[in-house]
Amino acid sequence: MGARLPSMLKDAGLTAFVAAALGIFIVGFRTVDVGRGLTFDYHLVDLAVAVVTIFFGRLGLSLAANGLRWPAMALGAAMIAAGVSPLQLPSGFLHWFVALGGVLLVIRGAWPWANDAMAAAAKSPSGVVLGQAGAKWSGWLLLAAAVAMPFTPFADQKTMDLGVLILTYVMLGWGLNIVVGLAGLLDLGYVAFYAVGAYSYALLSTQHGLGFWTVLPLAGMMAALFGVVLGFPVLRLRGDYLAIVTLGFGEIIRLVILNWFDLTNGPAGIGSIPGPTLFGAVFAETPPAGKQTVSDMLGIPFDGNHRLIFLYYIILVLALITNLFTQRMRRLPVGRAWEALREDETACRALGINPTNTKLTAFAVGAMFAGFAGSFFAAKQRFISPESFVFIESAIILAIVVLGGMGSQIGVVLAAVLLIGLPEWFRDLGSYRMLAFGLAMVLIMVFRPRGLVAHREPSLRLHPVKPGGSG
Amino acid sequence: MAEPSILSVKGVETFYGAIQALHGVDLDVAKGEIVALIGANGAGKSTLLMTICGNPRARAGAIRLDGEDITALPTHEIVRRGVAQVPEGRRIFPRMSVLENLQMGATLAEPAHFTHDLERVFAMFPRLAERRDQRGGTLSGGEQQMLAIGRALMSRPRLLLLDEPSLGLAPLIVRQIFEVIGRIAREEGVTIFLVEQNAYHALRLADRGYVLANGRVRLSGGGRELLANAEVRAAYLEGGHG
Repeated sequence: MGARLPSMLKDAGLTAFVAAALGIFIVGFRTVDVGRGLTFDYHLVDLAVAVVTIFFGRLGLSLAANGLRWPAMALGAAMIAAGVSPLQLPSGFLHWFVALGGVLLVIRGAWPWANDAMAAAAKSPSGVVLGQAGAKWSGWLLLAAAVAMPFTPFADQKTMDLGVLILTYVMLGWGLNIVVGLAGLLDLGYVAFYAVGAYSYALLSTQHGLGFWTVLPLAGMMAALFGVVLGFPVLRLRGDYLAIVTLGFGEIIRLVILNWFDLTNGPAGIGSIPGPTLFGAVFAETPPAGKQTVSDMLGIPFDGNHRLIFLYYIILVLALITNLFTQRMRRLPVGRAWEALREDETACRALGINPTNTKLTAFAVGAMFAGFAGSFFAAKQRFISPESFVFIESAIILAIVVLGGMGSQIGVVLAAVLLIGLPEWFRDLGSYRMLAFGLAMVLIMVFRPRGLVAHREPSLRLHPVKPGGSG
Repeated sequence: MAEPSILSVKGVETFYGAIQALHGVDLDVAKGEIVALIGANGAGKSTLLMTICGNPRARAGAIRLDGEDITALPTHEIVRRGVAQVPEGRRIFPRMSVLENLQMGATLAEPAHFTHDLERVFAMFPRLAERRDQRGGTLSGGEQQMLAIGRALMSRPRLLLLDEPSLGLAPLIVRQIFEVIGRIAREEGVTIFLVEQNAYHALRLADRGYVLANGRVRLSGGGRELLANAEVRAAYLEGGHG
């Protein structure tokens, strides 16, 4: 192994050089406005620390890749120590950077052992049983945790808000999963249907005085209709071409909302949207004319959190409906046809499946759930504007589906928690938040290239088959 | 031909853009027959089979199924009328299990028949029964071909169209597949129209055969008769398959 050391050092040196060359412009100096004009503010020490870290990080990775796990982990440990030491580095972020790099190195060094141990555990008889039980019960455990969440001591307003946000994305992910994961139609404009649902509720409630529960099915139908409208022109398109057209559709909807001032109030958005009611009672401290407040109806003291808890359970139920519906559809002919269509359209035709209807139902059903989620979003925010429905939303929802493992329901939940939760928890990192987010995405794709949950459970079995046997 | 024809193709012309692939093809398949269509690469064999299925559409001529004109129908409507297809390259669903693949084949069938039909297919292909929970994509080539045939049978077709069932398979497996095709015709009473490059096996099995060359029917006759034909031997058999 010693013979390889010079080439490893050379490689690490080259990486550090590239980092320095790139970093000198990004990190090295910055222009500052001093009143009379711009001057340079130099951050060369920052750059030096980063380059040294990158040098050792790269060296550690090469060591680990060449089977020298202990030196790699030692190097990682040293970096962690340097990161958390009281050593005066120019910025707090550099401490993070050095320490996180060390953590990654240690993980990389220990990875082969962890992998071997996991593989061995999965193969052992008890591991197989445990794995099956885990797959069976993990969903229920997650559900129980989600139901109990508002009653746990750490359910403060911030956590509940985050919970509602994550569940909204779980629902959107499950909805898009029908289109992308099951039917295999790459849709980059999913947020358009979310916008249709949101504006349906916002307009019908503020202008026609309809309540949330009346509008909810209407918004779903409206979005489904738009799904069919989008579906027709793209029926003959596949893959990249389909993605481009759906991307365009998403933008068209946003631009129409932005510019149709008379209807949507344009960029100013729509405000004072009423929230959802509980059997006609509203969540407020003092009742508006002719209405009753929930706290009066139930005879409990008013608490601002009640509204949030109520919203939390609405979105939880809506998301669960989406999930149950999808699970059920997978066992019905139309759901099976979605999956078959993803696999091979020509073969589907040969089996007498009408691809037109199959694709349109997938678009319509997927859009319908986005519509539900959209009207929930409008009712929760009480204010919507076109800014909430930009392309990055579509991209995030798609990322949730893809990172979760296309077609996997539980994978969507995990990916939503990661992708929505992480950026919130990383808020302390300030402007480096998106960097950490990107890093998390890269790591998922490196270690789980087919998504967090890549396993696909068949929708049909004759009778239980013993593992390893041919039944 | 004592039996009435189940499939009749009259003067069919098919184009890919400006290029004409079929130049007025006529052929007939009678009820209960095995008919083989042989020819060289690019003769238009697969094009004819696909034209019968409505994709691409014939620009001229008529295709009749039991007397009904199906020339202008979309594929899924043709399939609905009792035509099952084993497409070229098998085209099984790779991420779905064997059982799910067969279930997809039964899309148009009575749900009540499912269990019975499944047992029938499993009896014909015991390998598929052994591998029913395995993903289609992990099967061997021969098993995939069996699955494609089994999937087509799940719809209880009157007419089974096979496109190059021997493609890319070992000689031993080819023999097995042809044996099963013969059994499907004899035991199940399914009419079979088969497109093959493997002229020897196809003509030995078939009641009648057609030879297609450059988009035209060159020869036709009984299977054994064609097999003995000097022209056929020279063009498609010598130095070829044994």
